[in-house]
Amino acid sequence: MAAPFDLTDDSVVVIIGTGAGGGVLANELAQKGVSVVALEAGGRYLPEDYVNDEWESFGQLAWTDPRTTSGDWRVAKDFSGLPAWIVKAVGGTTTHWAGASLRFQDYEWKAKTTYGDVQGANLLDWPIDGAEMAPWYDLAEKKLGVTRTNGWPGLPGNNNYKVFEAGAKALGYEEVHTGRMAIMSHDDGDRTPCQQTGFCFQGCKWGAKWSSAYTDIPAGEATGNLEVRERAHVARILHDDTGKVTGVEYYDADGNLQMQKARIVCVAGNSFESPRLLLNSASEMFPDGLANSSGQVGRNYMRHMTGSVYATFDKPVRMWRGTTMAGIIQDEARHDPSRGFVGGYELETLSLGLPFMAAFLDPGAWGREFTTALDSYENMAGMWIVGEDMPQETNRVTLNMDVTDQYGLPVANVHFDDHPNDIAMRNHAYARGIAVYEAVGATRVFPTPPYPSTHNLGTNRMSENPRDGVVNRWGQTHDIANLFVSDGSQFTTGAAENPTLTIVALAIRQADHIAGEMSRGAL
Amino acid sequence: MNTPKTPRGMTRRQLLSNAAILGTGFAVGGGFIAAADAAWAREVQALQPQTFATLVQMARDIYPHDKVGDEFYVLAVSGYDTPEAAPAIEAGIAALDAAARGKGFGSYLDTGWERDRVDILRGIEDSAFFQQIRGGLVTGLYNQKAVWPIFGYEGASYEQGGYIDRGFNDINWL
Repeated sequence: MAAPFDLTDDSVVVIIGTGAGGGVLANELAQKGVSVVALEAGGRYLPEDYVNDEWESFGQLAWTDPRTTSGDWRVAKDFSGLPAWIVKAVGGTTTHWAGASLRFQDYEWKAKTTYGDVQGANLLDWPIDGAEMAPWYDLAEKKLGVTRTNGWPGLPGNNNYKVFEAGAKALGYEEVHTGRMAIMSHDDGDRTPCQQTGFCFQGCKWGAKWSSAYTDIPAGEATGNLEVRERAHVARILHDDTGKVTGVEYYDADGNLQMQKARIVCVAGNSFESPRLLLNSASEMFPDGLANSSGQVGRNYMRHMTGSVYATFDKPVRMWRGTTMAGIIQDEARHDPSRGFVGGYELETLSLGLPFMAAFLDPGAWGREFTTALDSYENMAGMWIVGEDMPQETNRVTLNMDVTDQYGLPVANVHFDDHPNDIAMRNHAYARGIAVYEAVGATRVFPTPPYPSTHNLGTNRMSENPRDGVVNRWGQTHDIANLFVSDGSQFTTGAAENPTLTIVALAIRQADHIAGEMSRGAL
Repeated sequence: MNTPKTPRGMTRRQLLSNAAILGTGFAVGGGFIAAADAAWAREVQALQPQTFATLVQMARDIYPHDKVGDEFYVLAVSGYDTPEAAPAIEAGIAALDAAARGKGFGSYLDTGWERDRVDILRGIEDSAFFQQIRGGLVTGLYNQKAVWPIFGYEGASYEQGGYIDRGFNDINWL
C-alpha cells in the first residue's frame, strides 16, 4: 500500500523524480525502512497504457514543457524547443530507454588521468573507480535482469542485427553480439520475456524491458514506506538559516502550491531539471542557487557523442521488427589516440518507425534525395553511435529568464557546442558505420545527425574537491549535507556506454549510504 | 554564448496539430474541386479551389512519392482549409505563383516539369510559409496510418503478439 505521509512530516526523505535514479533510490530506501515521498512531475502510465504508435506515444510520455536551446549543435536549429527526448511520467525515461546496460570501462572513471589535458575540455577524474563500483554494478544487473550477466542468455538477433553482424564480421570486428540488455531473455516468473514487438522506445507493453514504473516503484510502494505523488512539479527547495534544506515547494496536480517538509532531499529530475531546480532555488543565503559555491551547477553538460548510420539495400530488411537496440559492436569502445581523438564509442543497432524516420533521418530535408530514401524504408538497416563527449564548462544549463513554464518558473536553456574531439570521433564513427553496411552491399548510406538527446549528463558533477564540482563521491552536495543529487547529472564524465546501468548502480549505492548515515544519526 | 531562442519548433502541440486533423474527413461546403486527372476530388471550405490545388501540388513536390496517391497529400494539407488558416495560405500561394511567374511560368500549377517547380520552391524554402507547409507534412503525410503499407511499414505489433513468431529474424539474403 502506498503510504500517505503528512506535508508537515519532517522525517521523510523527499526524492524529486522517479526514473533510473530517483525511482531506484526510492525503492531501495523504502526496502530499508526509510520513509520516502517521491514527487513526480508526470502522470502514471503502465504497460497497458503504452501505445505502439510513435507520435501518439510521444504525446503520451515525452517531456514537452518549454525549454530553449543555443549553441552550434544541430538540435538547436532543427528542434530548438526540444533539446531532449526524455519522459515526463512515473518511471521517467526508463519507460523510453532501449535497455542497453553496459558497465563503464575502468579507464573511463579516470578520464583526466587517461586522456591528459584536452584543450577546451573540463576533464576530471571521478572520485570513485571501477573496483569500488563493481559490487553495485552486480546488484544493478540483477535488478534489471541484464542479458549476458548472471548466466542469462543474450536476446536472439533480429533482421536489423543480422545485417549489422554480417557487416561487422566482414570488417573483422570481434566484440559483436546482441548486447547486454535489460530486456528479459528468460522467464523469471515475473517479467515476460521479450516478444520482439519493436516498440522499445514507446514503453514495453509486455513489461519485458526494465522500467522503474512497473518494478521498483510498486515494489517500494508495497513496503508501505513509499508514497509517490504524481503530477507534482517541484518549484524550489527550501532551507533554514543554518543552510540545511528543510523541504520543497511543489505544484500539485490541481496547480496548487504545496510544501512538503523533509529530513533529506534528493534531486533526480534529469540533467536539465535538476540544475534548473537548484538554480531556481536561489535565496538570499545562496544567491547563485543551491549547492553552487563552485559555480559548476548546470555546467559541463554532456549528451554523448551520437549520430546514426542508416543504409538501404537491394532487398528487404524490415528493421523495425523486434528489439530496437539488441545489437552492439564494442571494438571501437577503447582509448586509442591514434584514431585522432580520445575516448571511444559503441555502435548499437537502432530502428525507427516510418513516422520518426521521416522526422529524424535528415531534419529539414525535402525533395527526392530525401523521399527516395523513405521509398526504400523496407530495405533499410540502422545503427546508433554512442561515444564519450568532452565536458566543457560553457556547455551548460542556465535559467532563461525570458521564458517561463506553466507555473511561471524560468525554463532551462540548454547550450551546447560540439568539441573538436566530439566531431573527430563522430566522423570516425560515421566512416566505420558506413563501412559495416557497405561490406554487406549497401546501395546508399545515410550519416544521420544526432537526435534530441536521451543521454543527458554532467550538470551537477561529482568531484573529490568541492571547488571542481557539485557533489561528492556519494552524490551528496559539497555545500549542503542533507541535499543529494541522484541522477545522471552527477556524472563527472560520460564514458562511451549508455548511462542507465551506471545511474542505477549509483542509486543503489547512494541508498545504502543514506540509510547508513540516517541510522548513525549523521543525517 | 548565443542568444537563447524562444521555444518553437518541435513542441508536442505543433508536432501533433496536423496529425490530430487526420481522420476527420473532408469538410463539406464551399466550392468543389477535383484534380485535372480526377484522381481525387473534394470540396474546399475556406480556400480558393485553385489555391488548394496548388497547395496539394506543392505538398507532393516537397515530399514526392510516386507510389503515394494524391488523396494522401490532400488529407495532409486539408487542415489548412479553415477560415483561420486560409488568409496566410492564400498569401503564401500567391507568393509561390509570383515566384513561378518570375521564372517565366504562368503559375505554379502551370509549371509542367517537377524540376522547374522544385527550382521555384528552392527560391522560397527559407520562407515561413514554406517551412510551415514542409514541417506540417512531416506528420501530416507520414503519420497517416493508411500510407504506411505503401512503404512496407507494419505499424503496431503488440496486438499481433509482436514478431517473435512473425518474422523478426526472417532475413534470407545475407
